[in-house]
Amino acid sequence: MKKILLNECLLRFPALSRNESLSRSAAASFAMQCDPTVEETAAVKTAVSEAVTNAIVHGYRNSKGNIEMILQLYEGNLLKITIRDRGCGIPDIKAAMEPEFSTAPPEEERSGLGFTVMESFMDKVRVRSSKGKGTAVTLEKTIIGK
Amino acid sequence: MLKIYNDGKRITVSLDGDIDHHAAREIRTALDDIIFRSRPELLVLNMENVGFMDSSGIGLILGRMKAMKAVGGDILIKNARSEIADIIKLSGLSSLIVTKTTT
Ligand SMILES: Nc1ncnc2c1ncn2[C@@H]1O[C@H](COP(=O)(O)OP(=O)(O)OP(=O)(O)O)[C@@H](O)[C@H]1O
Ligand SMILES: [Mg+2]
Repeated sequence: MKKILLNECLLRFPALSRNESLSRSAAASFAMQCDPTVEETAAVKTAVSEAVTNAIVHGYRNSKGNIEMILQLYEGNLLKITIRDRGCGIPDIKAAMEPEFSTAPPEEERSGLGFTVMESFMDKVRVRSSKGKGTAVTLEKTIIGK
Repeated sequence: MLKIYNDGKRITVSLDGDIDHHAAREIRTALDDIIFRSRPELLVLNMENVGFMDSSGIGLILGRMKAMKAVGGDILIKNARSEIADIIKLSGLSSLIVTKTTT
């Protein structure tokens, strides 16, 4: 049975590092309607921050553009957050999601743990990507609340 | 951004705010400046006032761990809130977290 969509918001912002904090605050605000615990809010903020940072540092490494964040609430307190870029795309998604896999140069000090963090803090992480077209990461979590 | 308590061999730096990709660069420069200028035996990062950290913070900690190794010292983390401690543990750096607030 398909769950009914109760709320949906779209946020579009330039892929600039200064907007990382805005993106996770917006996600936390959206999640508020589920009455989440402090831990659940932190989990959502962290996962969103990972995906948005990836869009900025990897997706738009050699280009400029916007990031779209679609915030959705389904019945049963199911939160779905999609972060989408129109950047370079991921050639091998499975490899990219392995812990400690990173294509960033060493001086950028990336540990390759972003996807691992997303997966450990959310119920489900889905990645769609095509080379040269961009990437969409969908994060899902059922908020249990207080 | 940083408060430093220095007793010569040990330096404690209190970080605050959010540690993300945006903030990491500035913190990195400030910490490397302390590490290579003072060459402490122990660098303690007090995370008491850090409200948020993601994997950019892991990269930052790993990088400073290497910098401290380069000057022959160690690094420890104290007062990290539970979600932040969880991320640090995910990265296999749990040995850096001091649980007793003796430092
Ligand atoms: N939006 C994206 N566009 C293009 N490539 C991406 C995108 N997101 C992730 N990747 C690729 O997947 C790899 C792994 O991402 P992950 O977030 O796990 O690690 P990281 O960003 O390299 O390091 P960390 O997140 O620990 O700082 C990246 O190094 C990059 O090659
Ligand atoms: Mg990442």
